[in-house]
Amino acid sequence: MSSRGVEAPANIDVAHALKESAVAGLIAFGLFLPLIGFHAVQDIRNELVLETRWPLLAAFVILTMAGRLFGCLVVTPWRERRAARPREAAKARPGAAPERLFARLLAPAAAGFVIVYPVLALWLAGLGGAVKWVDNFGIQILIYVMLGFGLNIVVGLAGLLDLGYVAFYAVGAYSYALLSQTFGLSFFMLLPLAGILAAFWGIILGFPVLRLRGDYLAIVTLAFGEIMRLVLINWVPVTNGYAGITGIPRPTFFGIPFNASDDGFATVFGLEFSPIYRTIFLYYIILALALLTAFVTIRLRRLPVGRAWEALREDEIACRSLGINTTSTKLTAFSIGAGFGGFAGSFFAARQGFISPESFTFMESATILAIVVLGGMGSQLGVAIAAIAMIGGTEALRELDVLKQVFGNGFDPTQYRMLVFGFAMVLIMVVRPRGLISTRQASVHLVERKAIVGTLVKEGHG
Amino acid sequence: MSDALLRVEHLTMRFGGLVAVSALSFTANRGDITALIGPNGAGKTTVFNCITGFYKPTEGRIALAHGSAAVWNDLDALTMRNARHLSRPDGALFLLERMPDHLVARRARVARTFQNIRLFSGMTVLENLLVAQHNPLMRASGFTALGIFGLGHYGHAERAAIEKARHWLALTGLLARADDPAGDLPYGAQRRLEIARAMCTDPVLLCLDEPAAGLNPRESAELNELILAIRAEYKVSVLLIEHDMSVVMRISDHVIVLDYGVKIADGAPSAIRDDPKVIAAYLGVEDEEVGKVEAEVGL
Repeated sequence: MSSRGVEAPANIDVAHALKESAVAGLIAFGLFLPLIGFHAVQDIRNELVLETRWPLLAAFVILTMAGRLFGCLVVTPWRERRAARPREAAKARPGAAPERLFARLLAPAAAGFVIVYPVLALWLAGLGGAVKWVDNFGIQILIYVMLGFGLNIVVGLAGLLDLGYVAFYAVGAYSYALLSQTFGLSFFMLLPLAGILAAFWGIILGFPVLRLRGDYLAIVTLAFGEIMRLVLINWVPVTNGYAGITGIPRPTFFGIPFNASDDGFATVFGLEFSPIYRTIFLYYIILALALLTAFVTIRLRRLPVGRAWEALREDEIACRSLGINTTSTKLTAFSIGAGFGGFAGSFFAARQGFISPESFTFMESATILAIVVLGGMGSQLGVAIAAIAMIGGTEALRELDVLKQVFGNGFDPTQYRMLVFGFAMVLIMVVRPRGLISTRQASVHLVERKAIVGTLVKEGHG
Repeated sequence: MSDALLRVEHLTMRFGGLVAVSALSFTANRGDITALIGPNGAGKTTVFNCITGFYKPTEGRIALAHGSAAVWNDLDALTMRNARHLSRPDGALFLLERMPDHLVARRARVARTFQNIRLFSGMTVLENLLVAQHNPLMRASGFTALGIFGLGHYGHAERAAIEKARHWLALTGLLARADDPAGDLPYGAQRRLEIARAMCTDPVLLCLDEPAAGLNPRESAELNELILAIRAEYKVSVLLIEHDMSVVMRISDHVIVLDYGVKIADGAPSAIRDDPKVIAAYLGVEDEEVGKVEAEVGL
């Protein structure tokens, strides 16, 4: 391999690049041959026939080779040139003032946007079209924002890796569904109750896992999530098994139901009936819940219990030497995180009107954890952004009908969701290994509040 | 019983077949700086871990007294009663081997530092000192229930805690770094911060595990000053593990020497310095050969 001279960056090694590209092509061929090259389809007699898709396979291999070639010829020399340049730009920080202004305006601007969002959707998409925008994008994202905030307490602050968070979401959802059907209590009565029940289950899970650290903790919480789902499936007399629970009462507007009847919301307020009113009402409920979670978390971080969580993540032994009861500290983290999951769960049940164990699979736990990790553990803003990207991104894929014109009618963009997730995950972990927002804000300061770089902050998991 | 603060009696710690500490007894007096020295692997840190509750000793009794020396009269009664501690109007008595680690720190008020520094490196220097005041702050926040609604006197308590932290930062020369992450501090400053953090728990006994390890002679001298100042002003007794003989000889009132988990000497620093058994242990030879080896190395 010839040397790549720093003084002559124009001297690009084409032979090396071609070799790299050929190797990448070979690997891609090996990988994609079984994945794409062969395709099993059912013919008219319901028999499986093996089809080959050589052109598609060739397209993927050529794409990989071209990408590698581009990387070797353009990206690598560019990065080397950039690395060779002295880094005075980073030191001087002339953009610090506008940056700070941006950071200060970001939170109020974001809050303002989420508050006017349904109105904006109504105005832009009309009565009929707005339901999709408020429900699929607004409510769906906010549920995950809230779940992300809740899990963030356990994983981000206390550093306990919880892979079974969806169990608490399920407890909240089934609590609301069963209690409202059995006792006829209203949504706003049951919302705190569902949270308390989920928090109670958080403590029940907390006790056995307190002695575990790291990977063992992750495995046990994973198992707990699965146990919860299996109980929901098999305890048919109570949970109705796979069939789930239908006809869950919907929240009412201070006793006024959202339906087309004479005492329904639309009639009482002299409006034309439309499902959008309920959707907007639900949107504001989940928005209030998400903001409540964020607010409580911010307050908790400044209280001794929040500081003890973070200290626990940093060094458990040192915590014990300072007289902190690590058992109760871990339990509070588990139960408060679980409580927020329960709130979100009861809201989910009320919004859907139908729940079944299928909504509470490990995939959900993984998605929520991915949101927390992508956002940057411990960062509220990061979690919110990650939830918008992950959940909004999934929903946005549904909207990409244009792609059908490119790839043919059989192309379903949502099928590629996991692929896109995977790519996004790898990309973010390469570019920002500690999540979108990795810096930690100190909870208290003497003179000046400084951000702490992510590399110093430990990740815990024990 | 003179003015004993801590009494360790027949302390034995076994790890499987290994006897790390064997029938160790010693007393640390109130207001003294007691040094625990010995070659590597002598069992010094094991003794520390037993005293601070991180290990449950296999055998033995570790008792600590608050207040009047008269509480020692109740020691045997407390031991028989199967209780952890006993309080009287004039003081209290604790059996540390029966208490979990966080209660040793919280109730018996024994604070410690670690051989390999254990700071909360991703938290600021000030936050480290506030975590140390967790228990009083927790009470002030009504165990979070009041604090979350902004009720109670948490704000006042937190300001007082910050004032206390500021005091200790000034004393350890870390005031300018208060808002920096602890992991960013230079090594010597991290050692001092760990001592400040331990002191923020209001201890009666401060256990320092090799505080001078890795310090240069100047820092080591400053550390001596700091430890002496802490003892003088805050009436704290100090238990010290140290390899640096300049620290041990200069500041300690009482030295206990361990070798292979057994106490080989106990007394004033000047007496320890000349004890042939101690010299033999440090040189790694038999007692009878000390004279010969000393002659060889020119002592």
